Amino acid sequence: MTQQTSPHDIRGNPVRVGLPMAMLAELTHRCPLACPYCSNPVELARVSTELTAAEWGDIFRQAADLGVLQVHLSGGEPASRRDLTEIAASARDAGLYVNLITSGIGLTEARLRELDGLVDHVQLSLQGIDAEMADWISGYGGSFARKMQVAEWIGQIGFPLTLNAVVHRQNLDRLPEMIDLAERLGCRRIEVATVQFHGWADLNRRPLMPTREQAQRAREVVNQARHRLRGRMVVDYVPADHHATFPKSCMGGWGSTGLNIAPDGIVLPCHAAQTIKGLEFQNIRDAKLTEIWHNGPAFNAFRGTAWLPEPCASCERREIDHGGCRCQAMAMANDPMATDPVCSRSPFNARLRAEAEADAASDDVALVYRRMSREKRT
Amino acid sequence: MTGPRISNLCVPYLPRGVRLYDDRVRGIRVLLAPERAMQLDPIGDAILSELDGQRSMAEVILTLCERYNAPVEQIEGDVHEFIAGLVDRRMVFLAAADEVTP
Repeated sequence: MTQQTSPHDIRGNPVRVGLPMAMLAELTHRCPLACPYCSNPVELARVSTELTAAEWGDIFRQAADLGVLQVHLSGGEPASRRDLTEIAASARDAGLYVNLITSGIGLTEARLRELDGLVDHVQLSLQGIDAEMADWISGYGGSFARKMQVAEWIGQIGFPLTLNAVVHRQNLDRLPEMIDLAERLGCRRIEVATVQFHGWADLNRRPLMPTREQAQRAREVVNQARHRLRGRMVVDYVPADHHATFPKSCMGGWGSTGLNIAPDGIVLPCHAAQTIKGLEFQNIRDAKLTEIWHNGPAFNAFRGTAWLPEPCASCERREIDHGGCRCQAMAMANDPMATDPVCSRSPFNARLRAEAEADAASDDVALVYRRMSREKRT
Repeated sequence: MTGPRISNLCVPYLPRGVRLYDDRVRGIRVLLAPERAMQLDPIGDAILSELDGQRSMAEVILTLCERYNAPVEQIEGDVHEFIAGLVDRRMVFLAAADEVTP
């Protein structure tokens, strides 16, 4: 009798369910920028399906009751929502720590002043160190100048600021200047994140894949900066997957600490989870968050480590990385239960490395920009 | 790993974007900061709860000594180590004594 109601993984093993700490709230997939590595799915959610501010308010209360401490207001570009202030206020009212993840484009000084006292922390994306690079990568003329203006307003109001530098082969050589810029802007923190080659980025592997030498050099730059800036600015670094020996612990373990709500209300264990065919995702419009978190089949599918096949099942690292990224396993091995091909013990690892080397050696610079297919504006 | 020792004249404070939080779901105290949520033990909670942006390290240490009836040498070491770790992570800021507005 209990078998039907107790949560179980994709192979029917019972799982233990913890509580989520953080929730990514994708308020919209609209964005003025067209970055070719966007983490949004290639199939973007339409404006007409977006959750309302009132629905978000209810979700934030449910999330706080469930144990979520921090909410990341993201997109797309969250500033593309005219009701962003109302949404941020409801998150704060629910008792959540509110983090705004933005490109800055679309934020006005007046809007930022409205958000003063509602938003705890701002993360500003950086596409390049100058207008030439940043406007090319973002596909939006004038974006760099606009972003620098927004950064100035953020500093004047006094929001704590993190600069999110997304790095790839085209801009990685200028990492030292990105760190200098963060320092000049008075950032408390810079996050240097190498492009993750899923979704849109996978369409742009040839122009974006960093070389092995670049990845090594970036590691040295980060280590030097950490030493030099100790006590002044935190430097976080997400290295390139393809040069690692072992995979990252994706999401800190599937369904263990984080969840993601897409603009149309689909609740996901990670932002790319919809690339995994066969999983059943629920919508917050149809079920309560606690029900989805605790009993949702997609959340339970890869919880724990009992479902892991070999070589993960007998691996001494299985409780560290949980077999790595399910979406990456799906993409390359066509099997979401397979060992992350990034792992040196995966049978697909040789192919993954060879492809990464070939992509990194390409002199292709033609970008496939992230664009929304046309629809009637509401 | 230990850097220069923090002066007892410095005034430690939680900067904007860093706050103490009562996690009623888990029944714990946490320090919330950009991209971080840190569970606090009773000692950490006691130390951070004393930071008011007015009193110096020395005053915070003395207050804790009185409250817990403990020797200065012991409390001082705990406070310095804990605060120094958070300063490194930009979760506690230090003001010089003459920067504090009364």
